[in-house]
Amino acid sequence: MSTQERAAWQTLDSGQLLLIASAGLFVIVAVTQVAAVGLVQPDIAVIFGVLIALGELFRMVMPGNREVAPIATSGAIGYALLVGVGPEGAEVDRELGVVLATHSPLQVVAVTAVGMLVGSLPHIAVGRSSGLDAMARRLFTVAVVALCFRPIVTAGLDSTLLFAMMAVVAVFACFADVLVAAMIRAEAVRTRFGIAMRDEIRAKMALCAATTATAMLVAVSTTVMGPVALLIFTAPILVTQFAFRRYAGVRATYLQTVRALSRVTEVGGYVEAGHSRRVSRFAVSMGRELGMCEEELLELEYAALMHDIGQLSLADPIPGGATVLASPTEQRRIAELGSEVIKQTGVLDRVAHIVHLSSHPYRTGHGETGNGAAAHVERPVPPPLASRIIKVANAYDDLVGDSGDRDRGAAVLERLRLDSASEYDPTVVEALSRVVDRYVRR
Amino acid sequence: MRGLPLAAWAYVCGVIALATGLIVVHFKPLSWTTIVALAVLAVLFLICDSAPALLNVERARVSLSFAASLASVVMLGPVGAALLGFCAVVTGQRHLATVKRLFNGAQFALCGFTSGVVFGALVPDNLEPGTSPHWVEQVIGPFLGALVTFVLVNLLLVAGILLLSKQATLRELLRESGGLAFGCLGYGMFGLLIAGLWNWVGPFAAVLVLLPLFIARWALEQTRAQQQAHAATLAALCQAVETKDYYTRGHSERVSRGSVMIAQEIGMRSDRVEAIRYAGMLHDVGKLGVPTKVLQKSGSLTEEEFAAIQLHPMRGLEIVREIGFLDEALAGIMHHHEKVNGRGYPMGLAGDEIPEFARIIGVADAFDSMTSTRSYRAARTIEEAVVELRKCAGDHFDPVMVDAFLCALERVGWEPPEPVVLPEDNVVEITLQDHDDPTVPIRVATDEVRR
Repeated sequence: MSTQERAAWQTLDSGQLLLIASAGLFVIVAVTQVAAVGLVQPDIAVIFGVLIALGELFRMVMPGNREVAPIATSGAIGYALLVGVGPEGAEVDRELGVVLATHSPLQVVAVTAVGMLVGSLPHIAVGRSSGLDAMARRLFTVAVVALCFRPIVTAGLDSTLLFAMMAVVAVFACFADVLVAAMIRAEAVRTRFGIAMRDEIRAKMALCAATTATAMLVAVSTTVMGPVALLIFTAPILVTQFAFRRYAGVRATYLQTVRALSRVTEVGGYVEAGHSRRVSRFAVSMGRELGMCEEELLELEYAALMHDIGQLSLADPIPGGATVLASPTEQRRIAELGSEVIKQTGVLDRVAHIVHLSSHPYRTGHGETGNGAAAHVERPVPPPLASRIIKVANAYDDLVGDSGDRDRGAAVLERLRLDSASEYDPTVVEALSRVVDRYVRR
Repeated sequence: MRGLPLAAWAYVCGVIALATGLIVVHFKPLSWTTIVALAVLAVLFLICDSAPALLNVERARVSLSFAASLASVVMLGPVGAALLGFCAVVTGQRHLATVKRLFNGAQFALCGFTSGVVFGALVPDNLEPGTSPHWVEQVIGPFLGALVTFVLVNLLLVAGILLLSKQATLRELLRESGGLAFGCLGYGMFGLLIAGLWNWVGPFAAVLVLLPLFIARWALEQTRAQQQAHAATLAALCQAVETKDYYTRGHSERVSRGSVMIAQEIGMRSDRVEAIRYAGMLHDVGKLGVPTKVLQKSGSLTEEEFAAIQLHPMRGLEIVREIGFLDEALAGIMHHHEKVNGRGYPMGLAGDEIPEFARIIGVADAFDSMTSTRSYRAARTIEEAVVELRKCAGDHFDPVMVDAFLCALERVGWEPPEPVVLPEDNVVEITLQDHDDPTVPIRVATDEVRR
C-alpha cells in the first residue's frame, strides 16, 4: 500500500527471481557457446530473430495482467521446431527434398534472447515496465521445446513421424508454459497453486493453441518453402493477435467504467471519498485469501465497487455515508435498490445477487425461502461467500475510513470479531485480519 | 420467398442454369487424389460456412469458407472449385430457404469457376501446388488475380439479387461493400496457405491455418459480448443517476441517440461515433454533485447555487476521466454547455474553440430538454423545438450541427419521451430547475438573465 518507489527487483517474489536468474544464466551460456562456435545458417537465424523482435514489440497485456507476445512466441517455437530451411541447394536424394536445419538448441535460445531484447528496447525507451518474469517464462518454454526437439531432427526419422513428434512437443510446450505461469502467479497474487493453474488454463488455453498451431505452420512452411514463406504464414497469428488485443482492450475499459462510475456515490456525497475502491481492494484480497478463482474475483470486484449504488435512490445521504451505522432495514433497502440497478444491465445478474445479499447477517440467513414456517426450523442458509466478504469489508472501511491508524484498525477488527457470532462470518473476518496485517506491514 | 419479384426469379434461375451448364460442359472425370482433396475441402467449407460468421453485415456474411474456396481454386482448377461451390447448398445454416441455398451454391460455383479460369490463365504451366522451390513467389501474383476475381464476382452476384428483390438500395450496398470486400480478400488469402502446404501435411494444413482463425473469431465474439455488456452497464448506471428526478428519466439515452444522429450525418468515423455515443450517455453524470435542494428550488437561485450547477460538467469529467476513452469524449462532456457566443460555462469558450463533440452534444441535449415534459411546463412539440433550435443557431448552437441534426431528424425521425405520469403517493422527487432548457434560462437572484 505504500507509495514509495521501490527498486524493480524488490517487487519480485523469490520464484520469479529464481526463474529470471536461471533464464539469464542459460542465456549467457547459450550466447557464449554460439559466440564460440559461430552462427549456423546465419541468414535463417537473423530472419527468425527479426520476427521475434517484431513480435516482442507488439506484445500485449491480457486480462489479469498477463503479458503475452503471441507472434514472438510462435516465431521462436517455430525456429525451435524447424526441420529444414527450404529446397534451395538441396541434394536430390534427401527425403523431404530440403536442406536440413542444423542449428543447436543453444542457438535457438541465443537467437530468441537477442530478439526479445531488441524488441523490448522500444518498450524500455518509452518507460514501459518490462515484464522480466514474463519474458523469462517465454524463453523457458522455447528452451524446453528446443532441447526436446533439436536432437530428434538429426535422428533421421521419416517425415510423418517427425511431424507427429513436432505436434507432441508443441503441445507439451503449451503445458509447460501454463505450468510455469501458474507457479509464478500463485506466488505473486498469493493464491493456491491449484486455483492459479485453473485460472491460467482458462485464461490462456485459446491463445496457447493458436500460438502453437502457428508455430508448427511456420516450422513446416519454412522447411518446405524457405524463409520467404515466413512472411505470409504468420498471417493467421496476426489476425488472432488483433482479435485478442481488442478483447483485452474492451475488458479493461469495462472494468475502468465500473470503477469510475462507482465514484458517482462519492461525488453525490453519499459515501466518503475512496470508499468503494478501498472496499473492492480489501474484498478482492480477502476473496483470494479464501480461495476464490479469477472469475469469481471479478464478480466480487464489480459487486464491491457497486455495493453502495442503491444509495442514489435515497432522498438524503446517510450521515457520513457509513451504511454500517444505518438501521438493518435501511441497509437492506439500499442493497435491494442497488441490486435492482445492477439487474437493469441484464448481464450482471450474479453481481446483483451478491449485492442484494450483502446486507444480510451471516447467521440468520437470507430469509429467501419464502416458506416462513420452514425457514426458522431448518438451519438458515448463509448468504454467498462474496456477499459475506463485502459485508465485512464494507463494515471495516466504514469504521476505519481513510485513516492509516493501526490502533483504530485493530479496534475495529476486534469489534467485528465480537459481532461475528451473528453478523459476520468469522472465517471472513480472519481473512480480513490477515489482509490488513499484510497491508500494514508493507 | 413468395414475394420475390419476377425479375429476381429470372435472375436466380439464370445463375443456377449458368453454373450447372458450365460444370456439365467442362466436366472431366476426376482423378482419385482430386476426389479426396475435394471431399476434404468440402467438409472444411461446410464447417466454416456453418459456424457463425466472423464478419457480419446486416444482409450478408463473410465466413472462413472463403479460405476453402480459394484453396480449391489453386488445387482443383475451375471445375473442382465450381463443384466445391455447390456444397453451399447443404450448408448448416438451418433457417435458409431452399431458393437461397440453391442460389448461394450456384453463385459460389460461378465464382469458383471464373476465378479458376483466371488463375489457370495467369499461372505458369506445369506448376503443381507447392512443388517448386519458388512456389510462393511464382504463384502469389496469379493467386491475387484469382482472389480479386472471386470476390468481385461474388459481390456482383449477391448485389444483383439484393437489388432485384429490393432488399437493399444501391447506396446501402456501396456503403457496405467496402468492409465486405476487405473481409473476403483477407479470408481468401488464407486459401493460399492451405494450398501451399497441402502436399506435405495434407488436410492438417487446414487445421494449422484455420485453428488460429477460429480462435480469433471466438475472441472477437467475446469482444462483441463484452462490448454489449459494457454498453448495457453504462446505460443502467446512467439510469440510476437519473432516478432522482422523474422528469429527466431517459434523458441521457436520448441525448446519446441524438448525438449519434448528428455525428453520422456529418460523416464521422465509426470509432468516433462510438465514443460520442458514450459521451452523450455520460454527459450529465456530474449533475449528481449538484445538491438536490438546488435542483428542487423554485424561483431564482443565488449566485452560489447557480455556480454549483455550472460546475456539473467538471464533476462529470472527474468521474469519467479514468475510463479509457478517446480524449474527445471527455472534452465533449466537459464543454457541453459552452455557447458559440462565448457565454456558456464552465470555461466560456466561443466558436471553434468549443470541441466538436461538445457542440454536437449541446444541440441534442437542448432539443431533448425542450421536447420533454418539465414540472413547470408541458413538453413542446418537435416543430416548436426545431424553430427554437433555428433561432438559437449561430448564437447558442453551432449552425452546422443544428443543420445536421435537422436533416437527420427529417430522415429518421425522433421519438419524444412519453408524457410523465407522477405516481400517486407523492414521495417522488421532482426538480424545478432544468439547466438544459434554452427557452427557460435559469434565473439568478441578481435578476440578470443567463442564456
